[in-house]
Amino acid sequence: MPMDGTAAAPAYLRITDVTKMFGDFTALKDVSLEVNEGEFVCFLGPSGCGKTTLLRAIAGLDIQTAGKVEQAGADISALPPAERDFGIVFQSYALFPNMTVRRNVAYGLENTKMAKADIEKRVTELLELVGLPDQGDKYPAQLSGGQQQRVALARALAMSPGLLLLDEPLSALDAKVRVHLRAEIKDLQQRIGVTTIMVTHDQEEALTMADRIVVMNQGVIEQVGTPQDIYGRPATAFVADFIGTMNFVPGSVIADGRVSVGGTELTVDTEGRAPGTVVTVAIRPEDVAVHDADMSSENAFEVTVQHMEFLGSFYRAEIGSGAFADHVVQADFSVNLVRRNDLKVGGTTRVSFPPAFIRLFTGDVR
Amino acid sequence: MSGAATAAAAAPGARIKPRMGRDDWIMRGAMVAIGLFLVLGVLLPLYTMMSKSLEDSDGAFVGLANYVEYFSTPALFYSIYNSLWISVLSTVIVLVTAFIYGYALTRTCMPFKGFFRMVTLVPLLTPSLLGGISLVYWFGNQGVAKELLLGESIYGPIGIVIGSSYWVFPHALMIVITALAVTDARLYEAAEALRASKVRTFFTVTLPGAKYGLISAAFVIFTLVFTDFGVPKVIGGSYNMLATDIYKQVIGQQNFQMGAVVSVVLLIPAVLAFAVDRLVQRKQVALLSARAVPLVPTPEPVRDWSMFAFCSVVAAIIICMLGMAQYAALVTFWPYNLELSLNNYNFDVMDGGGWEAYFNSIRMSLYTAAAGTLIIFFGAYLMEKGRGFQGGRTAFHMAAIVPLAVPGMVLGLSYIFFFNSPHNPLNGIYGTMLILVLVTVVHFYTVSHLTAVTALKQMDAEFESVSASLKAPFYRTFLRVTVPVCMPAILDISMYLFLNAMTTVSAVVFLYSSDTTLASVAVLNMDDAGDIAPAAAMAMMIAYTCAGARLLHALLTRGLARTTQAWRRR
Amino acid sequence: MVFCKNSVMRWVSRSTMAVAFCAVAAGLAGKAQAATELTVYTAVEAEDLKTYAKAFEKEYPDIKIKWVRDSTGIVTAKLLAEKENPKADVVWGLAATSLMLLKAEGMTEPYAPKGVEMLDKKFVDGANPPHWTGMDAWIASVCYNTVEAKKNNLPVPTSWKDLTNPVYKGHVAMPNPNSSGTGFLDVSSWLQMFGEEGGWQFMDALHENIAWYTHSGSKPCKQAAAGEVPIGISFAFRGAKSKAQGAPLEIILPSEGVGWDMEATAIVKGTKKLDAAKKLVDFTITKGANVMYNKGYAVVAYPGVAKPVKFFPAGITEAMIKNDFEWAAVNRKRILTEWQKRYDSKSEPK
Repeated sequence: MPMDGTAAAPAYLRITDVTKMFGDFTALKDVSLEVNEGEFVCFLGPSGCGKTTLLRAIAGLDIQTAGKVEQAGADISALPPAERDFGIVFQSYALFPNMTVRRNVAYGLENTKMAKADIEKRVTELLELVGLPDQGDKYPAQLSGGQQQRVALARALAMSPGLLLLDEPLSALDAKVRVHLRAEIKDLQQRIGVTTIMVTHDQEEALTMADRIVVMNQGVIEQVGTPQDIYGRPATAFVADFIGTMNFVPGSVIADGRVSVGGTELTVDTEGRAPGTVVTVAIRPEDVAVHDADMSSENAFEVTVQHMEFLGSFYRAEIGSGAFADHVVQADFSVNLVRRNDLKVGGTTRVSFPPAFIRLFTGDVR
Repeated sequence: MSGAATAAAAAPGARIKPRMGRDDWIMRGAMVAIGLFLVLGVLLPLYTMMSKSLEDSDGAFVGLANYVEYFSTPALFYSIYNSLWISVLSTVIVLVTAFIYGYALTRTCMPFKGFFRMVTLVPLLTPSLLGGISLVYWFGNQGVAKELLLGESIYGPIGIVIGSSYWVFPHALMIVITALAVTDARLYEAAEALRASKVRTFFTVTLPGAKYGLISAAFVIFTLVFTDFGVPKVIGGSYNMLATDIYKQVIGQQNFQMGAVVSVVLLIPAVLAFAVDRLVQRKQVALLSARAVPLVPTPEPVRDWSMFAFCSVVAAIIICMLGMAQYAALVTFWPYNLELSLNNYNFDVMDGGGWEAYFNSIRMSLYTAAAGTLIIFFGAYLMEKGRGFQGGRTAFHMAAIVPLAVPGMVLGLSYIFFFNSPHNPLNGIYGTMLILVLVTVVHFYTVSHLTAVTALKQMDAEFESVSASLKAPFYRTFLRVTVPVCMPAILDISMYLFLNAMTTVSAVVFLYSSDTTLASVAVLNMDDAGDIAPAAAMAMMIAYTCAGARLLHALLTRGLARTTQAWRRR
Repeated sequence: MVFCKNSVMRWVSRSTMAVAFCAVAAGLAGKAQAATELTVYTAVEAEDLKTYAKAFEKEYPDIKIKWVRDSTGIVTAKLLAEKENPKADVVWGLAATSLMLLKAEGMTEPYAPKGVEMLDKKFVDGANPPHWTGMDAWIASVCYNTVEAKKNNLPVPTSWKDLTNPVYKGHVAMPNPNSSGTGFLDVSSWLQMFGEEGGWQFMDALHENIAWYTHSGSKPCKQAAAGEVPIGISFAFRGAKSKAQGAPLEIILPSEGVGWDMEATAIVKGTKKLDAAKKLVDFTITKGANVMYNKGYAVVAYPGVAKPVKFFPAGITEAMIKNDFEWAAVNRKRILTEWQKRYDSKSEPK
């Protein structure tokens, strides 16, 4: 399975320069994207970023104002939804309340010339697939939310669509059910290998489920990449900030590989920026390392612990030092570490910013 | 497909013209058809009527000459004053009564609430004429309680106000109850915690909370009384009002131009009241969106029993109105032979069309309920659930709202002008059952449309998207999902249409023919010919039929709830 | 404005309505082929219509009557309004004055029904062939409720002039001549009896006593019968009927004489069912039909048929004034306009 879009095989879904206007409001601006066959892609972003709009354009439910959508080599830009090839699951499940689970799943099949017995067989298969073999004769209202969403999934898969679209499928569920179901969906998708696009605003969902994540903001794509890429190497400050927690500290390039932050110099890959360039230094709290007294590593300084918040398996500490002026940086310390080093508010410790984990963004982006 | 490919091959950024699928064509086509139905049923007739008011009897354009004549004829334009005065007075009386009654039903622990609520539904089952007829027997010159009027005549303003108040009361009460039902108990707890007195709480919490409901109720009462024709016709004596003037001009003198002028004069305040009411309602929606804790009244004997006394009086009045009509219908020859008999039910020897009129009415009401529900619900569905075509859908909604602002008399007269014109290829329907069904469906379109829209909005917005993705044609999903899910609303709409078709007089009175006499019009005509007792008898036949229909509706609704409870449970 | 409206109408008729029109036209075409159905406009009392239709249809089973009934004034106005596009085939039972008016408007079809020579000359239009033939005379009377009069200490009026006595204030109802034929014959008879000026003076005085003007000619008498008003100016036939039902009524013939009018029959010019219409008119002047009219009317067109009608006041034939129908017909519009100007504010809504 190609993971980085560089493979020679043509993309299964190709979106080119898609723009969507609602009156004067631009919901999507020249969005281009390729999705490979069998891939699980998440559209991630805050509400109003255009992710659902893009999904609905792909489905043909709200056709884009301009731009092209191709699926399996055919231009489907202007086609009504009924002439496209996709299955869809909504946050609200959208199960037909007056039909049993079996009839819901069979709904699309009953439009085809499929024999009745074959339909029933297929429905049974699908219900087994989603883990509800015994619930076929119940009505949606008699099922739990998680079960309903599985039925919706079975219904969407019934016609063996080329593309599975999931619009915030887990958002209406309890936290526990959500975690459980996201593993199941991912597993199911891998087993049947259907190309899948899921819209979500939950980064954890995206990180755990997606092969690739498309981070969107204000109608444009900020970054496309694997979960590791997105988390570890955010392309923009928006992505860095939106996914996970990130410390931002302003600074400026002194020389190649050297950045000054509030008077302290850090070693970091300056990626060819000219000296004098104003930059923002970014590091995740969990990447802040605590060192024992024999510190000799790079980017290490003495800090004071100003505040500690207990979060179960770790503490999130606010650390400050004269080293980078009055900027406060968050750092995650494991319970174990805190115990061993006897860290407490008001105490001092030595930390370092490992150069490999520091990201630089040009300009003051806070 | 090749066409789409060529289009996409053009410069990127070119506007995509969505291709319409078969469903889109059918849905838009059907919506345009129903839209045209509204244009033909409301807009063109109204336009024709307005242009008639600017013509002389030969059809030549005379500008405002008819209006000049109208305003220089005191007998005519005094009616404006009369109508306004009666409407304002009735509005005050009904609003106060409905508020106290509604307050008793929603905010107190008064006993027999169910009974009191049920009684108020009675006037909805009868034509507005019935109240007038009853008043003749109570307070007419041979009335049993004539002395209560201290020598004043019931024929005139007194009778119109009492009769109007009787039949608009349930309409007002429903709005008031809705307004009082949505309140936040926390506000009352806060008031109590702040040691506000009961009176102060009432004026600072209760009244402001129900403000928009009361305003809305006031406009509804005003418009209903202002445009009603049944009550002043029967009990108005020589007191002229606008609605009766139209009738007098058109039926009494065949002076259609002046009828059109009076119609325009009647239409203006009705439209104004309607517009203000819509604005107020929009505000009320904003108020309701807050999450509230429902208020559960606590017993308070003094208040509860005084409310009980008040409601008993109101309920007794309603029952007396109905009861007197039934009694009078059975009396052989009021007031000289009080023996009971069924002589007055021998409608076939009276004016108005006899028993045939009664059965015509049932037929007409069934047709109206069937055709109206079909057209209105399907139209609302297309408007609410169609894909794209935003302009068309907005226009459709506007057209569907208009009929609410048009008084029945005005609509009926407009139909004469529009459909009876020899130049209109549709004039074949003039004088048939079809035009009666058409005018009735149109007259009661808006409320049914709004009911349908509300029900449709409560459905998951994505059913249509899902079924499109499953390649199911929209009509399959409409029939297999939308209709079953909305069945309670569909039954409500058909019931509403049936009841109104049975009881309406104003829109059909200009349009019935000797083949299509109607029970409600027969009540009017029998009263006109002086056969008041048979008129009461026919009005009671209408009441029983409507009560029966309502009962059937209740049974159907309950049966439906039972058979579908497996999936309706939320 | 006119241009604009016409163009809209043209546009409407051509495009938007065309579809619906086809559907309706198809439906109507299927309906027209049954037994001949005559649309008959009438002002005859509703309770008699069934009898009339039954008698006729018994003789001519292939012709069906479709009644359109209303008060005299309404039927007249309706016919005039439909002049360009008449809906009626025959008028059976409308005031002769109204038919004279229609004749003047060129709306009646001249036809001499079989046996017309048998009728009293008074009851046949002077033209040859006649445009209308009479059925019976209906005669004004005053219905006087003895019980209510006693309660209110009202003396028995013996003349029209008596009714202007202030003692009757608010105790008299009469029909509005604009809508009611009875009302019109009252007014036209007063104008003939008292002269134009005297007539209006009388009505001015009478107006002071009127409780209300009704839409229909029978309602004042029915109201008098029910005691809603002690005195109703109406017609003798209605009074007799109410009295037969047990109402405490006295039917009074005022001493000055009483106005009257004929109920008459005519074919509407331009009817597409002329043959059937002629058969109907033939029937309306037969002896049998006149016997039927005699059930309610003491004076009928066919000489020798009339038998006394129960409860009809004695001497009614003598009390009938010498009525100048031509004058009444010619002046009808002027009289009605004048009346409306003077008294309409007290009119019952209609």
